[in-house]
Amino acid sequence: MRAERDDEIYLLCGSPDVRAVVGHLRSEYEARMVTVFAEDRRSEEGVFYNYYVLEQRGNPQYLIVRATVPAGDPQFPSFSAELPAVNWQEREIQDWFGLTATGHPNPRRVALHDNWPDVHPLRKDFRMDTALPHFEGERHIYRPALGEGVLQIPVGPVHAGIIEPGHFSFAVAGEPILYLQLRMFYTHKGTEKLFENLPIHRAVFLAESISGDSSFSHGTAFCQAVERAAEIEVPPSALMTRTILLELERIYNHVADIGAIATDVGFAVANAHASRLREMLFTLNEQLTGSRLLRGAVCVGGVRRAWQPGQQNTLRAAMDAFAREFDDLIAMIHSSDSTRDRLERTGILRPEKARDLGIVGVGGRASGVDLDVRRDHPYAAYGQFSFRVPVYQAGDVWHRMQVRIDEVKESIGMVRTATEQNLYGAHCAAPQTIPADRCAISAVEGWRGEIIHWIRTGPGNRLERCKVKDPSLNNWPALVEAVQGNIIADFPVINKSFNLSYSGTDR
Amino acid sequence: MFKIIQQTLRTGIVTTGYPATDADVTPPFRGKPVFDFTLWRDARSAADVCPTQAIAVRDQGDQRTVTVDYGRCVFCGLCAEAGSGEAVWITRGFELATRDRSRLVLTAQYELNPDGTQHRLLKAPDSDTDIETAGRAAHAEIRKLLGRSLAIRQVDAGSCNGCELEIGALNNPIYDIERFGIHFVASPRHADMLLVTGPVTRNMELALLKTFRATPEAKVVVAVGACGISGGIFGENYASLGGVDKVLPVDVYIPGCPPRPQALLHGILLATGRLAEKR
Repeated sequence: MRAERDDEIYLLCGSPDVRAVVGHLRSEYEARMVTVFAEDRRSEEGVFYNYYVLEQRGNPQYLIVRATVPAGDPQFPSFSAELPAVNWQEREIQDWFGLTATGHPNPRRVALHDNWPDVHPLRKDFRMDTALPHFEGERHIYRPALGEGVLQIPVGPVHAGIIEPGHFSFAVAGEPILYLQLRMFYTHKGTEKLFENLPIHRAVFLAESISGDSSFSHGTAFCQAVERAAEIEVPPSALMTRTILLELERIYNHVADIGAIATDVGFAVANAHASRLREMLFTLNEQLTGSRLLRGAVCVGGVRRAWQPGQQNTLRAAMDAFAREFDDLIAMIHSSDSTRDRLERTGILRPEKARDLGIVGVGGRASGVDLDVRRDHPYAAYGQFSFRVPVYQAGDVWHRMQVRIDEVKESIGMVRTATEQNLYGAHCAAPQTIPADRCAISAVEGWRGEIIHWIRTGPGNRLERCKVKDPSLNNWPALVEAVQGNIIADFPVINKSFNLSYSGTDR
Repeated sequence: MFKIIQQTLRTGIVTTGYPATDADVTPPFRGKPVFDFTLWRDARSAADVCPTQAIAVRDQGDQRTVTVDYGRCVFCGLCAEAGSGEAVWITRGFELATRDRSRLVLTAQYELNPDGTQHRLLKAPDSDTDIETAGRAAHAEIRKLLGRSLAIRQVDAGSCNGCELEIGALNNPIYDIERFGIHFVASPRHADMLLVTGPVTRNMELALLKTFRATPEAKVVVAVGACGISGGIFGENYASLGGVDKVLPVDVYIPGCPPRPQALLHGILLATGRLAEKR
């Protein structure tokens, strides 16, 4: 057992014991499995490691079980049968590292499409610039849906709107959806491997490109990990600035989603207003950081820019104007009975399913999963704020929208409080060398939910490994669950109510 | 219903006049970095901080070649801060779209001092990217075909979704791209233009090709963003083929990370030959 820092405890265990250890933590301490990932340490220590990150309600610590996986016998016991939440993550380990998840109920490829040659890109002996042959053959064999009148509808990877690519295979009987199968990872671009090839100051920009709509959240998660590893103390006003920008990112995405949900049930006027409000926030982002999407605003040690005279007033005035208009927008949506009628009891994700599948973020909170990293593992300046975490049990599209509405209101409150603080202190810690061979975990509640970055530093201001977990990876199975029994015409609005990131999933 | 109309009237007209009027760009916006190659004493520090190697330095004997590629640039502004003195500064320029990929690349040659700094400029870059003058004849032809209305099929061939946010914004009441008779369509079979974001991943290559083949002639392809132009920060690797022109013939390149909506509009109008008329 080793405490890397107060809130990050590592528990070392051998391959045969991992089931017992993790099982015990889950049953006795009701620990929640946050994420599972692997690391290739063959050249240094002769083994692979699997990491099982666990947390316990009310406890800000992360307990990380580090289990050896022998290089000569590369297999590990699967938890997927009793814990469906790790289904995709264990299969990712199979694909990326070539370790076998024994006892996995569905051990097919998930991250690499079926036509990929037998490669394991996150092994250290796989070169980043390996040239693979062009696509040929089968991508994925879908389970056939049989029965009289049952029809299979393939959709994607190129979709009808301005959205990201992925393949959906619907089995329908008449209008209702019987079963949805997903094929993701179309936008896989080697991100985790790339982290091992870039110096840290460049890697910040790679983190910002994991999911463009979460640039600041992923950038912050990454910088926090480096700061924790190198014991860099971030100045208080920089932490406050990060908090402000994290909340602005949440607000702009939530308001856009509220509009998009409205438009998917035919309420286009509401969306016109919502997209206008998002534009207000994009302009504000630009006024504060130089970038409409808050890019290039975070850096290791703090934030790139100090506050300029007048910016605080700009922020305050924009928040006041936005808050007024947001109330008008919500009043407009709530005044529409037909909108409510379409959204209530549509796309229900039941709380027990959400728990089993490990659903996080907005989708989880609308289905009774009371998790929020800002409250559970405070980072940036969140420890100084009191805020409400909205949780509902109904789990339908209406409540996923309601979670967003409540959160926007809380976020406006937080930003307003933050603008009353003195933000003119140091904006960044002095640059320093990042020591090698340090591990650190970092978590951020992005607007979608829990973002995890885990790093091991290497020599020469580089990384040995960077594991990225976007909340979308957890949440795709929620969509599969929520659409069952709904008519196919409601799929767009159900999908939008989760609004998951393909790029964040695929990396 | 009455309240909804009232709210709309209260909001009034919010649509920007761009491109007939100047774009509403706030002063802090980080746009095009501009270089005074004569003043530049050492490009190495800027090359070192550049996240995408848009600035690259190659030394040979006592000579140095410096290349600046706006097709790779993510407009982070670090090059202007990295001890470049007065030689590099950030402007609010964003109208960088071009038909010619090579116009996005500036190459300068220097004679070096013994300490590795630049002694004097031997050869300045040929051109700058501000003005698009090439191919007037082609403009007229394209304009005849696509000038009055345009159907765009957007294809995400592997992007981080940042470009999609800004492309989506073209449909909001501020940019309202339909005022130009331009609209986004669901099928490539209805499209005149493919607006493609990248990098093109190994897994999306075939889907992109099929989309292209399904689009009727005459069609134009526009590559969007640093990743769509060059692969951006992802470059070329086992999973990424790089820019869109690795797979398809590209007619217009729109730099940015992501390009702001006005930059997209500028590039789309350039591709349809309607830009001159609007300025």
